[in-house]
Amino acid sequence: MTHMDFAHPYFGAFFLFVFGAVVFYGITVLARRVSRNMARLDTEKLKLTIYECGPEVTKQPNKISAHFYLFAVLFILFDVEIIFMFPWAVDFKVLGMFGFIEMILFVVILTIGFVYAWKKGALEWHSIK
Amino acid sequence: MFDTAVIIETVVKAVIVVAVIAALAGFATFIERKVLAFMQRRLGPMHVGPYGLLQLAADGIKLFTKEDIIPQNAIKPIFMIAPVIAATTAFVAMAAVPYFPEFTLFGYTIHPIISDINVALLYVMGVASVGIYGPLLAGMSSANKWSLLGAARAVVQMLSFEVVSGLSVLAPIMMIGSLSLIDINDAQTGGIGDWLIWKQPLAFVLFAIAGFMETNRAPFDTVEFEAEIVAGYATEYSGMRWGLFFIGEYANMITISVLVSIIFMGGYNAFWFIPGGLMMLLKVSFWIFLFLWVRAAWPHVRPDQLMWVCWKVLMPLSVVNIVITGFALL
Repeated sequence: MTHMDFAHPYFGAFFLFVFGAVVFYGITVLARRVSRNMARLDTEKLKLTIYECGPEVTKQPNKISAHFYLFAVLFILFDVEIIFMFPWAVDFKVLGMFGFIEMILFVVILTIGFVYAWKKGALEWHSIK
Repeated sequence: MFDTAVIIETVVKAVIVVAVIAALAGFATFIERKVLAFMQRRLGPMHVGPYGLLQLAADGIKLFTKEDIIPQNAIKPIFMIAPVIAATTAFVAMAAVPYFPEFTLFGYTIHPIISDINVALLYVMGVASVGIYGPLLAGMSSANKWSLLGAARAVVQMLSFEVVSGLSVLAPIMMIGSLSLIDINDAQTGGIGDWLIWKQPLAFVLFAIAGFMETNRAPFDTVEFEAEIVAGYATEYSGMRWGLFFIGEYANMITISVLVSIIFMGGYNAFWFIPGGLMMLLKVSFWIFLFLWVRAAWPHVRPDQLMWVCWKVLMPLSVVNIVITGFALL
């Protein structure tokens, strides 16, 4: 397949974003309208409570275990690495041996950090033992 | 004048993609129930329409007419917008994906790709990773422990496996030297022996595993595994809002299938006597079937096992794969 001869290739992506957002938001609005008219409305007080065993509704704080954040930090480290490697991979044959050795050095430095995180136990899930 | 024609073509293609993929996503739920049923010696949906084919319409009516419940403590605007984000990002990611070879209709050449970006692969992965805001916001606005756990799991898994999928897809890019999916497809025109799967088997396996993960499919469906966390981030959702999460998930499945077919399995090149378009349909159907087959065949894994496999096995493997590819190319 040949490439399209179009000066603004991102127009399609932008249009799809606007169109998709409008359509899917419209679907939720429409569904809300339809269901208000057609669903059997039941004004039981406990119906709007969350899915839980207790009858009393309490506002629960959004607390996530700190371990999830460790993975998020690791992800930032490695995703920046990957974004850095994408242009290198595209031009791999142009850059040749010089670029390859440079990238190996970069990966080695990152590997040191990765090994440090591994040894520190950042990749373990601290289960109950 | 020419630009106007291209703009109209783009708009029409975008509308067709949203309509067809949304319908296919609905149809995939029917196919999933049927395939799973046959693999367990059941019949699956049989009552609505011939052979249960109208089950899709019945499900749609049910989703639309179900009462739209927003729980008492939920943060209302975020709760309402989260499914829209999940569904929209799943479809926006499809903008840079070519589906079929170009064809001529009424003397006008049509390229079946919505926006021909030269960084298509990066774009698809970027938009797909924006999709984690859907589960994250849904879980955090629901004010429910199950939703919160599901959201945390969804985010941490998608982030982790994005590293794997990004690293594994680097090796094919090094060989081809372009991020455009059209160029990647055109590099594999020489029949079945020219497919990248033979040159990059490790990258193929890693990318497939990461694809299964990013769509939250079994065996990695820890995000919405019923026995542990009721329905994950979608616990509090009902009706069409829940349906939008579902549509997004199946649209993601279709995107991953198309991506794997194009990058590793020769894309929409004609094979022997089978034309390219049909070949693409066959490959994507096979991958959708594989998603269901895996769900029927394997039990799910624990989140800690998943993280262990991701960071300690798959990630080093993909880095090693890149280094080996580099040595082989030079």
